[in-house]
Amino acid sequence: MGNPILDTFFEETEELLESLAEGLESMQGAEFDKETVNSVFRAVHSIKGGAGAFKLTDLVNFAHSFETVMDAVRSETLNLTPQILHTLTRSADCLADLVDAARSGRTIPEEVTAAFLTALQGCLGEGEIEAVDAWDNFEFAAVTLDLGPMDIGAEDEAYVAPTAAEDKAQVKVGFRIDFRPHRGLFTNGHEPALLLAALSELGQMTTNIDLSNLRDWTGFDPTDSHLSWSVDLRSDESEIAVQDVFEFVHGLCDLKIAPLMGSPPATQTDAPSTGPISGAIATPVGEPAAVVGVQAPKPALAEPFGPASAPPPQPAQMIASPARPKAKSERGEDGSDPKGPKATLRVDLDRVDRLINAVGELIINQAMIAQRLQDMTSNRDDDLVMHIEDYRLLARDIQEGVMAIRAQPVKSLFQRMSRIVREAADTTGKNAELVTSGDGTEVDKTVVERLADPLTHMIRNAVDHGLESREARAAAGKPPMGIIRLTAAHRSGSVIITVKDDGAGLNRPKILEIAKSKGLVPPDAELTDAEIDQLLFMAGFSTATTVSNLSGRGVGLDVVRNAVQALGGRISIATTRGFGTEFTITLPLTLAVMDGMVVTVGGQTLVVPITSIIETIRPLSTDLHKIGTDETLLSIRGRMIPVVDVARSLGFPSAGTFNAPLLLLVESEHLGECALVVDSVQDQRQVVIKSLESNFGSVPGVSAATVLGDGRIALILDPDAIASGRVTASYQKPNTILNAERPAYVNA
Amino acid sequence: MTLKVLAIDDSKTIRELLRSVMEAAGFDFSSAVDGVDGVERYAEVRPDIVITDINMPKMDGYGVIDAIRKGDIDNQVPILVLTTESGDKLKSRARDAGATGWIVKPFDDVSLVSVIRRVTGLVA
Repeated sequence: MGNPILDTFFEETEELLESLAEGLESMQGAEFDKETVNSVFRAVHSIKGGAGAFKLTDLVNFAHSFETVMDAVRSETLNLTPQILHTLTRSADCLADLVDAARSGRTIPEEVTAAFLTALQGCLGEGEIEAVDAWDNFEFAAVTLDLGPMDIGAEDEAYVAPTAAEDKAQVKVGFRIDFRPHRGLFTNGHEPALLLAALSELGQMTTNIDLSNLRDWTGFDPTDSHLSWSVDLRSDESEIAVQDVFEFVHGLCDLKIAPLMGSPPATQTDAPSTGPISGAIATPVGEPAAVVGVQAPKPALAEPFGPASAPPPQPAQMIASPARPKAKSERGEDGSDPKGPKATLRVDLDRVDRLINAVGELIINQAMIAQRLQDMTSNRDDDLVMHIEDYRLLARDIQEGVMAIRAQPVKSLFQRMSRIVREAADTTGKNAELVTSGDGTEVDKTVVERLADPLTHMIRNAVDHGLESREARAAAGKPPMGIIRLTAAHRSGSVIITVKDDGAGLNRPKILEIAKSKGLVPPDAELTDAEIDQLLFMAGFSTATTVSNLSGRGVGLDVVRNAVQALGGRISIATTRGFGTEFTITLPLTLAVMDGMVVTVGGQTLVVPITSIIETIRPLSTDLHKIGTDETLLSIRGRMIPVVDVARSLGFPSAGTFNAPLLLLVESEHLGECALVVDSVQDQRQVVIKSLESNFGSVPGVSAATVLGDGRIALILDPDAIASGRVTASYQKPNTILNAERPAYVNA
Repeated sequence: MTLKVLAIDDSKTIRELLRSVMEAAGFDFSSAVDGVDGVERYAEVRPDIVITDINMPKMDGYGVIDAIRKGDIDNQVPILVLTTESGDKLKSRARDAGATGWIVKPFDDVSLVSVIRRVTGLVA
C-alpha cells in the first residue's frame, strides 16, 4: 500500500501482539501484577486505536470486544477464571490472524471471528459488549468530534429549549447567551475570549460584559473568575451549533442559551458591542499587567466582536505569556529521540548480506596476506607480522559486528509456538502448556525464519505423539497438564534448541515394527536403540496409527531434519520411557563463518568444523583393534569407538591400513563418539563458508567449501555424514541408489 | 509564530499520524512516548498545546494533565485528550482532571486541526 504510517502500524502491532501474548502468558501464573493486566489492555487498546485510523473495521470491532473484556478484568469487575484466560489467549491468536489478514488485504470469514466474539461476549454475560454495535456503525470518515452535550447534571436547566409559545409577535432571530465562566474554566486552559470569538463566527453578535462581580483592589483574587457576558447572537444556526462552541466548557461555566426574539433581520446593522471583551482576566497570576487590562484594554481587544467580516482578534497573542525562552531543540520522532523504546534502523537485508559477503572476503584476504608473510623465509618483517595480526583481530571484530546485525532473539519464534501448542492441544483434546526458556538467545535471522516450519512441526508432534492422552496420563500418575519445554541456548559456538515433552517417551518396539511393516528396514533387522530412534527421521515414517488432523499432513520428521541440515545444523533424539522425549537441534551460530581445523586427508586439504571435534589423538597401535575385514575400533579410556577412514569414505586414495594414524575424535549424533582418520593437521582458523549446494547440489559428506589463505579451495567436512557411514555407502556402491537420509545400516 | 504541539501517546502509529497531520497544518510537532516522558518533554518543548493519550504506561493521561496543571510552567496550557471512547463519563472525567478538550479516535485531519485552532485561538 506504500503508506509509511500504515507500515508503522503493522510494525507496531507486531510488537503489541508480542507483548499481548507475553502478558497473557504471565497471567497464566498464579502471581501477576496489575501492570501486566494493564499492559495487555493497552496493547489491545493501541491496536484498536491504530486500526481505527486506517478504517480496519474488522480489526477494530474485534479489538474492541477484546478490550472490553480486558477492561472488566482490569477493573476487577470480572473474575479471571482459567476459562476466561483461555478465551482471551485464543482471541489473541485470532487478533493476530486479523492483523495478518489486514496486512495482506485478505478478510477472515466472519464465522471464524464470530465464534471468538461470542466467546468474548460470554466472558461478560449478555449484552455487555453492546458498544461493539456503536463501532459497527461508526462512520470513520466522518467528523469525529463528539458533538453531543455533556452530562452536566444540575446545570441541565441551562439548556432552555425554545418553546413554540414564545414566538408569537416576534420571530426567533438568534440566541441570547448568558455565559459566566467558573474559575475551573481558566484552570482547564480555556479562554473566554476564544469562545466568544468562535461564537462571533456564527453570526452578528452584540456583547455585554458584566463587571459587577469585579471587586476593588482589596481582596482581589486575580486567579478567580469575575466577569460574565451576555451575548445576543443573531444567527440562523441551530442551537446545537451554539452548544458546540461551548462543548468543552460545559460544567465549567454557567451557560444559558435562550432564543433571541426580535423583528426579522435587516433591521439590524452592525451593532456595536456595549463593552469590550477582555480575555485579560484569564491570564495567569504573575502578570499584573493583565489586571490593569480590565480597565485599559489592549488596543487589540478594543474592537468589538463583529460579524465575520470584522477580523477577529488574535487571541493567541492576547493570551500569550511573556516571551518564553526558546526550547533548545525540538527532538524529532525518529532516531534523535532517546526516549523511544529502542532506536532501530531498518535496512534492506540485501545490503547486510552484501556486507557480510564483503567481510568474508576481507577475512580470506587477511588470511592470504598472513600466509604469504609466513611463507617468506628471509627478510621477514616482524612489525608487519604484528600489524597483520591486528588486521586479523579487526577483521574478526567487524565480522562479529556484522553478524550481530543479522542476529535476532528467538523470542518471536518461540512466542508463535505457544499458539501451536494451544491449537494442537485443542485439536487433540489434551491439556498442554508450552514452557520456554532462553528466549533472548540470538540467532541469525535466516535461522529464525527457516526454523519456524520445522519447529512448528516438532511442537505439533510433541503434543500429538509425545504427550499421552488425558486418561493415560492419569493412569501414569502424571498431572493432566502436559508440558512442552522449548529452550534455546548458546553453547560453544553453537545454538542449541531443544523441544522436550513430558510424555510417554518413544515406544521403540512399536517404531521398529512400523518401520518393518513399511519396508523401511529388512524384516530381520536387528537395530540398536539409537538406530531405532533414527528411523523416525526416515521419509515416509509416521507412528500415528490413525492419521490425525495434526500430523497427518504428509510432513514427517525427515522434513524437519532436512531443514535443520540445510541450516548446517544437526538434530538428535533422546528419550526415556515414561518420562518423555527430547529433540535437540544444534545449529551453527552464523551461517557465514566458522572455526575450522584444516587437515590433510589423502593428499587433499579439508576443513573440519571445530565445534564437532572433541580432541585430536595419536593412539598407540595397541589401542586399535581390527574387527572383521573393514572395521577398526579405538579403545580409549576404557571405551571402544569406531574408527572411520575419511579418505576411503570420500573416495580418495587410501592406504587402507593405518598403524599410528592421527585421529580426530568427533561427536556424532548417530553413533556417539567416532574417530576420523586424517593424515595431518595443518592449521586451525576461521573459514568463510561458501555454499556448494547452489552449484553442485548436496554432496554427501561435504557441507560446504571455503577459500584458504593460499587461495586454494578446500571442502568443509560434514563429520556426521562421514561418521554415519552413509557417505561410504554412496561412494563405494555407486550403483546402489540410496536415499542419503537412509541410515547405512539399512543396507548393511 | 509557529504553534508548538506536543503529542503524548505510547502508540507510534498514532504519533506518526498526528505528526503528519500537524506538520501538514504547519505546526511545530514534538512527541513523547509515555506520560513521564511527556511531562519531561513538556518542560523542554514548552508547547502551545498538548495532546495526550489516556492509556499509557508509566503515567496515564490524567497524570500528565495533573502534573502540568500543578506545575509552574504555563499551567493553563490547552490540553486535549485523545480517546477512543466518546462516552460522557470519560469526558467528564477528562474535564474534571483539567483537560481543555478531547478528540475522539479515530480522528480526521480537519476536525483535529479545527479543535486545535479553537482552543489555542489560532485562526486559520
